[in-house]
Amino acid sequence: MAARMLASAFVLEGKSVATFPMFGFERRGSPVVAFTRFDDKPIREKTQIYTPDCLIVIDPGLLTLPTLFTGLKPESVFILNSPKKLTEQPDENLKIGGVVNATRIAIEEVGRDVPNTCLLGAFAAATGWLELKSILSCLPDYLSGAILERNLKSVERGYREVEVIRW
Amino acid sequence: MAKAQKGQVRVITGNAAAAYGAMLCRPDVATSYPITPMSEVAEQLSAFRADGLVDTEMVEVEGENSAMNVVTAASMAGGRVFTATSSWGLVFMYDAVQQASGFRAPVVMAIANRETPGILAVSGGQQDIISMRDTGWIQIIVEDCQEILDSVIMAFRLAEDFDIQLPVMVNYDGFYLSYLATAVEIPEREDADQFLAPLKQQPERPRLVPGEPLSCGTHGIEIGFMELRYKHCAALERATAKLDEIDKEFGEIFGRSYGGQIEEYRTEDAEIVLVTSGSATGTARTVVDAKRAEGIKVGLVKLRLFRPFPRKRLAEALKGKKAIGVIDRSVGFGWNCGPMYMEIRALTPEIGIIPMLSYIDGLANLDITIPHIERVIDEVSAAAQGKPYQEVTWIPMEE
Repeated sequence: MAARMLASAFVLEGKSVATFPMFGFERRGSPVVAFTRFDDKPIREKTQIYTPDCLIVIDPGLLTLPTLFTGLKPESVFILNSPKKLTEQPDENLKIGGVVNATRIAIEEVGRDVPNTCLLGAFAAATGWLELKSILSCLPDYLSGAILERNLKSVERGYREVEVIRW
Repeated sequence: MAKAQKGQVRVITGNAAAAYGAMLCRPDVATSYPITPMSEVAEQLSAFRADGLVDTEMVEVEGENSAMNVVTAASMAGGRVFTATSSWGLVFMYDAVQQASGFRAPVVMAIANRETPGILAVSGGQQDIISMRDTGWIQIIVEDCQEILDSVIMAFRLAEDFDIQLPVMVNYDGFYLSYLATAVEIPEREDADQFLAPLKQQPERPRLVPGEPLSCGTHGIEIGFMELRYKHCAALERATAKLDEIDKEFGEIFGRSYGGQIEEYRTEDAEIVLVTSGSATGTARTVVDAKRAEGIKVGLVKLRLFRPFPRKRLAEALKGKKAIGVIDRSVGFGWNCGPMYMEIRALTPEIGIIPMLSYIDGLANLDITIPHIERVIDEVSAAAQGKPYQEVTWIPMEE
């Protein structure tokens, strides 16, 4: 869902987008990976992404995956949800790191461990690829009422509280 | 017809695009039993009904077999009907699917393609298209989310045409398209109404309603049955040109068209041609462009209509080429090659004897990647220059 919100935000800025998740059975809590492309030109390829410019990790437990950083482009961006700071550069291809305790912010603002929207704010701040207001403006396409208000706060806090490191 | 106004652009998935397409055609009756990866079609349609966007009668069914029987019956009573399914849902309605075409019921069904060998094969693949090859339906395969929406609208025009009166499947890759979200232009309601309006000027279809006895369906024996089959096949043949006509008209009104039965991409001066269907076509376009930049004269044919098979247009597109490569996302049991490849090989008398290479890739959510397609073009190119080649390649098995 966060990947789709991100795509919607890029559309507001006039970009072409394509985003899709990959998983097995439809159930909450199962492993899921999502791919998002944005471009000034129409996007025709329908493949998974093997050489990303940015990697967003929602579950810090995945940091132990040996292939986590495989294929990253040089000077790429890494966004991480974690209560801990990044003490060293996790991969030599990384140029920018953005760490935020999105789980804590989500529990405080949304009331549940749904860190995704907070990480979108962190993404906007760390990459500078799109405006915070584009993310905020597209959220009403997906959420409404009190849940919308709480997630808007979560996005804003992600934007403000992300710690951006440059290597 | 007047040109359509610019529709609202929304970021929606392929599944939602299918539901929007159906909603814009205002079906009288719709039903769908949810299954991964198309459940969202049923959810969206129900949401449209709840929001009052359509007054479609949504029938709750206990399985896909009932779903197909419900829409077939409603269609025979004169209604416009829609359903959607995938994989095992499709297999579970196999008898009813054949009944729908035997009754010449113009049902429109969206299918998010998925593997079929066992209920745990929850992954994309086109084997379910192949399992429906001989059911007498019209089968269209599309490439992206916008094409899903537009093709569902066109499918109603085709299915309900008085000269056709056959059910139509609109196929899109499960996962790679069903969950792909892109910006999609949603036509305005009055423009969709205008596009479908010519159906109202045609003679009315025979209707099977209580109190008005009517014999219909392929139930007779001997010559009666034979005649119905003969007419069914003749109607399928008419559907080829009709699809081209409808696609052209859609393009004139909405500014988007898809080539009808097939789409040729950079084939005119091509020496070798790649044949693909579904989402892999988009990826193949980027590789064809890159190879062209390297000086390789390669073109691409997108197979959009699988049944009836676009024999004439394919032969025209492939005639005079030096070699062709066909990528299948399914297998042809008993031939050990791709099913679409197998069918294209049957066109040898029209095309001529040239190297034809079969590639099987992308089963069970495996990705048909850019390097895979580069490899195909390189091998087909070498075969065109007279080098020895392997007829059938299971790409991921040789990596």
